[in-house]
Amino acid sequence: MTEPVRVAVVDYGAGNLISIRNALRLLGAEVEVAETPAGLGGAEVILVPGVGASEAAMGRLRRQGLVEPIIEQVRGGTWFVGVCLGMQLLFERSHEDGAEMLGLLAGEVVPIPGAPSLPHIGWNRLEPVRPHPVLAGLPDDATAYFVHSFVPQPAEPEVVITETEHGGRFASLVAADRIVGFQFHPERSGEDGLLLLRNTLELVIAGRAADVEVPA
Amino acid sequence: MLLRRVIPCLDVKDGRVVKGVRFVDLTDEGDPPELARRYAEAGADEICFLDITAAPEGRGTLLDIVERTASQVFVPLSVGGGVRSALEMRDVLRAGADKVAVNSAAVADPDLIATCARRFGRQCVVISVDARAVPGEPGRWEVVIQGGRTPTGLDALEWIDRCVDQGAGEVLLTSIDRDGTREGFDIELLQAVTSRVQVPVIASGGAGTPAHMTQAITEGHADAVLAASIFHRDLHSIEAVKAEMAAAGVPVRLSRRAA
Repeated sequence: MTEPVRVAVVDYGAGNLISIRNALRLLGAEVEVAETPAGLGGAEVILVPGVGASEAAMGRLRRQGLVEPIIEQVRGGTWFVGVCLGMQLLFERSHEDGAEMLGLLAGEVVPIPGAPSLPHIGWNRLEPVRPHPVLAGLPDDATAYFVHSFVPQPAEPEVVITETEHGGRFASLVAADRIVGFQFHPERSGEDGLLLLRNTLELVIAGRAADVEVPA
Repeated sequence: MLLRRVIPCLDVKDGRVVKGVRFVDLTDEGDPPELARRYAEAGADEICFLDITAAPEGRGTLLDIVERTASQVFVPLSVGGGVRSALEMRDVLRAGADKVAVNSAAVADPDLIATCARRFGRQCVVISVDARAVPGEPGRWEVVIQGGRTPTGLDALEWIDRCVDQGAGEVLLTSIDRDGTREGFDIELLQAVTSRVQVPVIASGGAGTPAHMTQAITEGHADAVLAASIFHRDLHSIEAVKAEMAAAGVPVRLSRRAA
């Protein structure tokens, strides 16, 4: 039997963790809520949720001593899953308030270009722009639930997996190596959202094989 | 492009779902989390719980319902009814709600919306307005509170402007004249509000057919439609309503089950 994926959901006071925790548990993951660096130990996935402003969020992560441990662990092979603001924090800098962020992906965070209304709240489509296993089984007319005003502009176009249109088009799902970022709320996006989370957990399980050290 | 939402509303009293016709003659309709799950599977874009429990001691039951629902329903969850303070709003959000609608409490405490919007973000603060047409004065509606029983003397359009200025991120607009009648939404009221505010407006009160839903969106310019009895009594399924709306050209999210 496959061991459940161990997920640390980072609690830094930026919004409600209950829904994402419930969704991951429903999908068979073992979820711990982490407020300190010690809480990240043993996790295969660091999941950063969050709503609100990037500078305030980075400030809280810094005060809890989490910024360096998150960066180090992700560079060391731990998976990073970012949801909404947690996805934006992956990038280098935000135009919202000039915040310096985690910088695990190259690019900046800007207001949704050409948006007819902000914030962008509600259901919208996910349009795949390149194949990726996280999309396995996702229907062509997949939809997701969004609550945000800012979006990342990745410097490397190959990390963009789906786009969404709200006036202009923006990157709604990014992925690179062991990083998956959702600009929307998969835990609030019905069956399509749960499928994306399930696929993410399966990627983590598939990645375990690469971690097994072969004795010399 | 944002899709138009269909929202079943579950009126909850003492832990059970009820639906009143013009707020009287309540009939038991079942267990809230179970109904919410059923609706989410059928393609509901959001679930709205309206707590109409009168006694304050019944409030704990609501938080329990929200928690139980949030553990099995993975679409946005809105909760209204009886939230009187930022602390109470925090409790409801912590239990797993995504948005909280305030109604009578916003009339009683003019700072409530601003306080909650600052603290939790405007995306989770909904102003719920029960509006009644002023007899003999076309184009005027009055705000009524306490489930439609108490007139306030407030002009509904001015009241909505003020609430949006204070930080309400969405308007849940109920026509008390149409509520429970299944005769269709008050399109004039909807037009009056949607032409004034930038935030999303949810049409409520009077849904009887899928065509009413389409009309609220195409003519009333609502972003979402909310209904109770037509879904609870299975007069029209959510799938059927959305299929008809899609056929009429309204962009909606279709249920996987129906596909």
